[in-house]
Amino acid sequence: MNTKELIIEKVKEKFSESVEEISDFRDDLSITIKKDQIVNLGRFLKENSDLQFIMCKDVTAIDWATRKKRFTTVYHIYSFKLNYTLRLKSNIDDDPPTIETVSPIWPSANWYERETWDMYGIKFINHPDLRRMYMPEGFEHHPLKKDFPVLGIPGSLPLPNKAD
Amino acid sequence: MGLEAVLQKDGFLTTTIDAIVAWSRKSSVWPMPMGISCCAIEMIAAADPKYDIARFGSEVMRFSPRQSDLMIVAGTVTYKMAQVVRRIYDQMPEPKWVIAMGACTSSGGMYRSYSVVQGIDQFLPVDVYTAGCPPRPENLLNALMTIQEKISKTKARDFKNRSLAELEHSQN
Ligand code: SF4
Repeated sequence: MNTKELIIEKVKEKFSESVEEISDFRDDLSITIKKDQIVNLGRFLKENSDLQFIMCKDVTAIDWATRKKRFTTVYHIYSFKLNYTLRLKSNIDDDPPTIETVSPIWPSANWYERETWDMYGIKFINHPDLRRMYMPEGFEHHPLKKDFPVLGIPGSLPLPNKAD
Repeated sequence: MGLEAVLQKDGFLTTTIDAIVAWSRKSSVWPMPMGISCCAIEMIAAADPKYDIARFGSEVMRFSPRQSDLMIVAGTVTYKMAQVVRRIYDQMPEPKWVIAMGACTSSGGMYRSYSVVQGIDQFLPVDVYTAGCPPRPENLLNALMTIQEKISKTKARDFKNRSLAELEHSQN
C-alpha cells in the first residue's frame, strides 16, 4: 500500500460521513472535509501513530467570489514519518465566514490563521489571539477579498500629514 | 586642493558666512540610510570602494536620525511604514534633505497596490527623485551631487530658527 492509499484508507475509515471530496491532482492529495469536522480530522491525522502529521506548514484561504460557499480554507500539513505533504480543505458558507481554529493542534497555525483573518476576514473561532497580521490595527477591510479594489479604498489607511 | 593652497599663498581669504556655511554643509552630508527594501542594496553598494560615496563626504551613514542631514529613502514605503519614516524624518535636525531613491519611493513603482504609498512626496518634502528599479550607485551619487549643488545655493538664514519648545515637541 502506498502512502496515499494509506492516508485515504485511514481517513475514510473514521470520517466517511464528513469527507466531501478526495482529489489527487498531479500527485497532490487534497481532502475536503465538512467544516465542523476540521478539528477532529486534524487531531486524528496528527495523533494517529501511522500518519503523524505533526507539522502545519500553511493555512490560507480561497475567495471564490460568486460561489454560494464563498470561502475555502486550505491547510498544508506534513508528516515526517511518511515524508508527505497533505492538503486539507474546508468550504465555508456562513456570512461572516467562521471556522474553528486548528491552532491548539498545530501551534504554528496561530499566525497563519491571523494572516488569513487579516486578508480574508475569516473568523477563527476560539483562536487565542486573533489580531491582524499585516495591515495596521484599525483597518476595516480585508484586502485579498475579491471585492476589495486593488488600489485600496482611499482614506482607509492613514498617512502622516505632509511635513513642511 | 583649495584651502591649503590659498592659505600658503596669502595667509588669509575673504568669503561670506553664507558661502562658508553652505560649503561645509554640502561637504559633509551625513545620510540616514532608510533602506526599506531592495534599493538599499544599491545604496550600500554606493558606499563600497568601487563607487566610494566618501569622495563626496557622505560616507558616514548614521543610523541615528539625530546625527544625520540627508534621508535616503531606499525602498518600498508601505502605509504602515510611512508612519515610521515620517517619525524618523521628524527626529532629524534642520536643515535636512530627502532623496527618493528608486521607482517605489518616487511613485509606488511596480507596486500599484493598496498597501504601498504611491510616492513618498505625499508626506515628505522630496529634494531629488532618482529613477531606476533599482537606480545604479552612480545614479545615487548623481542625486547626492544634485543635493550638494542645491545646498551650495542656500544661505545660512534659509533655515528656520525653531524655538526650543518647538524642537522638543517635534522630537517626542
Ligand atoms: S524601486 Fe525597484 S529596486 Fe527599488 S525598492 Fe522598488 S522594487 Fe526594489
